[in-house]
Amino acid sequence: MDFGRVLKEALPLLLNGLGTTVIIALISIVAGMVLGLISCLFGMSKIKVLKGLSAVYIWIIRGTPMIVQAFLVFFAIPQLIQLINPGFRLDAFTAGSITLSLNAGAYMSEIFRAGIQAIDKGQMEAARSLGLSKSQAMWKIILPQAFKISIPPMVNQFIITVKDTSILSVIGLAEIVNKAKQYVGKTYQFFATYILVAAFYLVVISILMIISKFVEKKFSYESESKRNRS
Amino acid sequence: MKVKVSVTGLKKSFGENEVLKGIDIEIHEGEVVCVIGPSGSGKSTFLRCLNKLEDITDGKVVIDDYDITDKKTDINKVRENIGMVFQHFNLFPHKTVKENVMLAPVTLKKMNKEQAAKRAEELLARVGILDKGDAYPDELSGGQKQRVAIARSLAMNPDIMLFDEPTSALDPEMVGEVLDTMKELAAQGMTMIVVTHEMGFAREVSDRVVFMDGGYIVEQGTPDAVINHPQEARTKDFLSKVL
Repeated sequence: MDFGRVLKEALPLLLNGLGTTVIIALISIVAGMVLGLISCLFGMSKIKVLKGLSAVYIWIIRGTPMIVQAFLVFFAIPQLIQLINPGFRLDAFTAGSITLSLNAGAYMSEIFRAGIQAIDKGQMEAARSLGLSKSQAMWKIILPQAFKISIPPMVNQFIITVKDTSILSVIGLAEIVNKAKQYVGKTYQFFATYILVAAFYLVVISILMIISKFVEKKFSYESESKRNRS
Repeated sequence: MKVKVSVTGLKKSFGENEVLKGIDIEIHEGEVVCVIGPSGSGKSTFLRCLNKLEDITDGKVVIDDYDITDKKTDINKVRENIGMVFQHFNLFPHKTVKENVMLAPVTLKKMNKEQAAKRAEELLARVGILDKGDAYPDELSGGQKQRVAIARSLAMNPDIMLFDEPTSALDPEMVGEVLDTMKELAAQGMTMIVVTHEMGFAREVSDRVVFMDGGYIVEQGTPDAVINHPQEARTKDFLSKVL
């Protein structure tokens, strides 16, 4: 339990791993939101093929563990592609980003769907009655309101995505848990190392929560004067 | 007077349930028509068919020479010319009052932002809530919300206005301010179709009262004829309950 030693030796390693953790989480959160929105709109489309595509995507992602998805993306699918293109390689970072983005996207899709369905149908009717097309009404009226409702469950998903980066250590992604494992493998400093790792996660997720509170406030439907009063 | 709305053989079913069983009516420019009747009589459905918020099962609806039952008609274009006011206001809660009014003209590129803002101020002044332009809908009273909704639907310069029970969700003391706004519109020559339970308004403002029951128009005529001297038993029965 030599914190001094761990701090000196492991800190640079862990910070380096934390960098990877944060970057891959950010990529996956952004890509997951885009994928989630596309999947959600596909799912609510009248076109059967798009609807089916969205349903199968969500079904597969939710129905399988992420560790298996990571193995599939990193090992199994490249093996398949190598049959056609023997030179094909996929590094852990790319495979990890793909896995985590696909995963976040499926859950985000359901979050957006719930948000959209929570909007009173009178909103769409009012927009349409003014002459707006369906897609104009969707982008101007429905989605901004649905987005606001979706912020709390979305933040929940963001937190899960940050933590799920640790699963990607199984495909050799050099994120914080992976670095920690390597370090304790040599030094057996389990306690100090993993306490430090846990603390780093807490810090990152706390920052995320603070930002989300700020965003939630920003999206409230009150004029400045009333906001200042309350 | 020019025919603004022409409805022939309009039928509307929700699944097995036939709500409109054949409606025929012509409404002329500048006419104010109040549609009354018991709940479930199809009056709101009738109104919603006029701007195709409901798909029309059968029959023909022609608005300003545009056959909206024809699939080739661009319904969005026709709707620009038909304002609609809803029972539950349906203001956009994420936009300020002014933005609510500006939204359609700007989105549909009828005006640039400055023109739309100027127009919004004119309209808000006209309905008497210019000072609330920067407020959000949640900060308004019901009567104020409905007046904003009227201003919003006027922003596209429609020449037909549909009102779907515009005062039914209001506290009694706020009914007057909304009806006054509507009276002004009527006085300015707007073609208006109003589904309402306000017999006083129907009597005072409308040119014609239409009584609907069971998916049909049972009786129609001047307010005096329908409200004071109804001919049909169902009309008499309904009026005896509401007057």
